[in-house]
Amino acid sequence: MKTAAREGRAVAVEPGPVVSLGAGISAVAAGQLARVRVARGPLMIVATVQSLGLVILLRGIVHQRDTATAAAVVAGATILVVGFVALNLLAQRLGALKANHALDYYAALPVSPAAVVLGTAASYATFTLPGVLVTAVVGDLVYDLPMARLWFLLPAAATAALALAGVGALLGLLLPRPELATIAGQLGMTVVLFLGLIPVGHLPEVIRGLRLAVPGMLSVDALVDGLRHGSTHWLDAFVRLAAAAAYGAAALAAAGAALRRAVDR
Amino acid sequence: MEQRAAYLVRGLSKTYRGATSRANDGIDLEVPSGEIFGVLGPNGAGKTTLVRQLVGLVRPDQGEISLLGHDVIAEPRVAPRLVAYLAQEEPALAELDVRRAIETTGRLRGLSRREAGAATKDLLDELGLGGLADRPLTRLSGGQRRLACVASALVADRPVLILDEPTTGLDPVARHAVWSAIGRRRAEYGTTVLLVTHNVLEAETVLDRVAVIDRGRVIACDTPGRLKAAVDDSVRIVLVWHHEPPYDDSMVETLARAAIVEGRRWSVRLERSRVRDVLDRLTQAPLFDALEDYTVSTPSLEDVYLSLGGTRPDMDKQ
Repeated sequence: MKTAAREGRAVAVEPGPVVSLGAGISAVAAGQLARVRVARGPLMIVATVQSLGLVILLRGIVHQRDTATAAAVVAGATILVVGFVALNLLAQRLGALKANHALDYYAALPVSPAAVVLGTAASYATFTLPGVLVTAVVGDLVYDLPMARLWFLLPAAATAALALAGVGALLGLLLPRPELATIAGQLGMTVVLFLGLIPVGHLPEVIRGLRLAVPGMLSVDALVDGLRHGSTHWLDAFVRLAAAAAYGAAALAAAGAALRRAVDR
Repeated sequence: MEQRAAYLVRGLSKTYRGATSRANDGIDLEVPSGEIFGVLGPNGAGKTTLVRQLVGLVRPDQGEISLLGHDVIAEPRVAPRLVAYLAQEEPALAELDVRRAIETTGRLRGLSRREAGAATKDLLDELGLGGLADRPLTRLSGGQRRLACVASALVADRPVLILDEPTTGLDPVARHAVWSAIGRRRAEYGTTVLLVTHNVLEAETVLDRVAVIDRGRVIACDTPGRLKAAVDDSVRIVLVWHHEPPYDDSMVETLARAAIVEGRRWSVRLERSRVRDVLDRLTQAPLFDALEDYTVSTPSLEDVYLSLGGTRPDMDKQ
């Protein structure tokens, strides 16, 4: 039986290049950053002020000598900056792109869905940088935590960003309406706030188990270990970060698949 | 075997979830390489569903699509490497400035930053968009915005262009710039253009071949000239009445039964043999006094559409 392909042409025309993941992420992120150039300042301030406020507010309750709780507050509030942007803003943005069929634009270009999700997430990640740094530094100063450990913030925030962005993207792409993505993102951020800031030891047993399923919590735990006084189990901390990265990679891969499905409907 | 078709489509069918009727119902098409091929039909005929399947955005329920020797259904991601697609609207570009919209699209088609910058500059000049380059699309008029989106479709030349109503809202100068740009690509690179339109006049003037679509089916496919030849035994008369038409006149009553009525505007297709009699009556009092305007024209593709059983005469005639 003749197929349409055989009937059409004997020799297939060589297609144009596939855009590499890196180039795709960079182009998508550059476009997204250009889009939000005006809104970036206010968004950065909102993302920072919320966490900074919590760190300062809780200083009235947490005793300076209770370094475990102090480290939990600083780590939780720092990762919350990432949570605000990823769960709130990214979920909203992807939900809106899906709702107005803007994802067709990307799907009709030779760029992978993963690059679209990661590029969009990367553009939003730039909003978190000042907030993460300011919250961690101010937190360390207010609670008198060792500043020398602050380098650990970098891998912890990066792995938290992967996990939170993956889940934020999934919410935006899977939920049927953008309003639902917004609500889910807000609720998700509230969960990250509570479970991130409250020291694990203070939580009921049943929640402790479920807590690790919440994106960003593995990074929070590693950061708590890294920030507080005393010896840190670096191997444990990096194993946690590796697990957080794997969690993020899985969520982002699922978001890429969800993006394909969101177009074909 | 010699090259024959850019696209070859067989038995393409698609029903959207929850829909009661098929958006596409057994579509067969052959789009010859290097031609400007039109898909013409009223709103809701299934044109956009068809092109979304051709570019691999929507998976058909049944059928085959071959694009320049590639099976689009088996490898949907090959289409974006061969086709530049302009959708009816491009909300993803809305908040970018014109330069960034073109450049980003170029980079996402595989151009380096430098190549995309150079291609963007050329396109801004070619389409006369230089003065608007740094304005966000949201701050442009509908026509200017459409022109910017056309520019983004033309960046990083592809062998096939699929343009869904590219000239909607464009002024004559911009329309001319778009057709010149498309014509140049066709002449220099042999680019195949698949144009979705419901603008009859545009279809008649720019297309090499046209597929007329109604309710998800191709009801005719040929050159505009040959399609019109099939209805050349008729003439279209358009009447615009001052007020209420004089229905008490027997001829007016007869015309009313055959007319497509839009307010005070009647459009009637008549056999050539009847035209002289009808015009004689219309150009005498009292009917002439009741008319604000009338025109007589040879058949258009809209007449082809209607003569083939098309049911929704809402195609744009401007």
